[in-house]
Amino acid sequence: MMRLPLWILGALLLGGIVHLSTVLAMPEAATQDAYSRLERLSPVNTVVQLPAPSAQNTTMPFMDPAFAVAICRYDLSTGALKLRAPLSQAYTAITFYTRNSVAYYAINDRAAGRRAIELDLMTPEQHAQMPEEGDVTAADRLIIESPTRHGLIVLRALAPEPGLMAMARRALAGAQCRIEPVPAQ
Amino acid sequence: MRLFFGSCLTLILAAAIGLGATWLMVTRGIAFGSLTIGAWTAWPKSGSVDIDPYARAAIARTGELPIGTGDGVAFYARTDDSGNVFDGRCTFTIGGMTPAARYWTLTLYDAQGRLVANTLDRHGFTSAEIVREKDGRIAINVGPRAQPGNWLPSGGTEEFVLVWRLYDTPIGVASLTTKEGPMPKVVRKGCL
Repeated sequence: MMRLPLWILGALLLGGIVHLSTVLAMPEAATQDAYSRLERLSPVNTVVQLPAPSAQNTTMPFMDPAFAVAICRYDLSTGALKLRAPLSQAYTAITFYTRNSVAYYAINDRAAGRRAIELDLMTPEQHAQMPEEGDVTAADRLIIESPTRHGLIVLRALAPEPGLMAMARRALAGAQCRIEPVPAQ
Repeated sequence: MRLFFGSCLTLILAAAIGLGATWLMVTRGIAFGSLTIGAWTAWPKSGSVDIDPYARAAIARTGELPIGTGDGVAFYARTDDSGNVFDGRCTFTIGGMTPAARYWTLTLYDAQGRLVANTLDRHGFTSAEIVREKDGRIAINVGPRAQPGNWLPSGGTEEFVLVWRLYDTPIGVASLTTKEGPMPKVVRKGCL
C-alpha cells in the first residue's frame, strides 16, 4: 500500500499526456466543425450563399444575422484559385480559414480600396513556381498563400438595416471563385 | 497481482483525469489571451494563426468560425457588470458610449449560439439602425416584455449570451493592452 501515492502520481502524469493529446487531436477528429457542416451544403470551388440564420435553423452557431454570407470551399490540388467579389455599399469582409477553422487572413473593403476585391489564392509551392516576369502586374495583384490545400473562404456583406439585406445578397451574388489550372511546363 | 491492479487503477485514473480536463477546458470556452472590458470578453487571437490549441479545440467542437482579425473583434457577455447571469426572464439595460469602429452589431443568442425566436423577429441591433440619445450615448433594454426605445427581446429564454461585434476597429488588433474602448455598461433592472 506504500506504493499508492506513486501509482497516483503516475496516473496524474499519464492523465496530463492524455489531456494534451486529446486537445491537440480534436480539430482533426471533429465531425461537426464548420468545414464539415459546409461540406454538405456546397460543392467545391464554387461560391454558395448560406441561408440567413434563424431561431429554427442556423448553419453554424454564433452567426451574425446582420450579414449576408457566402462561402467558397476550396481545394487547391489542381491549381490556384481566383476570387473576385464585388463590394456592397456598406461593409464587406472576406476571411480565409484553413480546413480546421483557423482564420489565417482577412481583408475588408476599405483595405481593398476598389469597387471589387480580386485576389489569387495558392499554396506556398504554387507561389514559388510562379514565373518571375510579372513585377509590374504583381503590385496590382493580391496574392495570398494558403497554408493548407483545403479551406474555406467566407464572404460577408453587412446589411446595416434589415431592409438592406437584399442589397447585401445581390452584392454577394456577383462573387466568383474558380480554379486556374496550372499551365503545363 | 498487485502490479496488475496498480496499473489498471493508474490507467483508468489517467483516462478520467485526461479526458475530464479536456472536456472541462473545451466546453467552458477557456482560451488564453482574453481581453475583458467590464462584462465583455474578447479573444482577439482566436481570429488569427496565433490561436491557441484550447480555442482551436473549442471551435472544432462547436462548429463556429471565429471572426478574422482583419475583419473585427467579437466581445461576448454572459453576465452583467456585477456578475448576474443573463436570464431571459429579467430585464437588463445596456448603456453608454460605444467603442470606435466603423460598424458594430449586437446580437442575442441562447447558450448554444442559436438565435432566439420572438414575435418581432429581432435578434439584435446594428450601429446604423440604433436610436441614440442626444449626446450620442446608446440605451438598449434586453428583456422579455416590450419596452419603449431600443428593445431587444430575450424571448423568455433561460440563459442567453450577448455578442458585441466591432467591425473595422483598432481595438484588439494593435495591442492586447489598454487600448480599451469604452464598452457599454450592463445592469440588471429587475425580474419577472
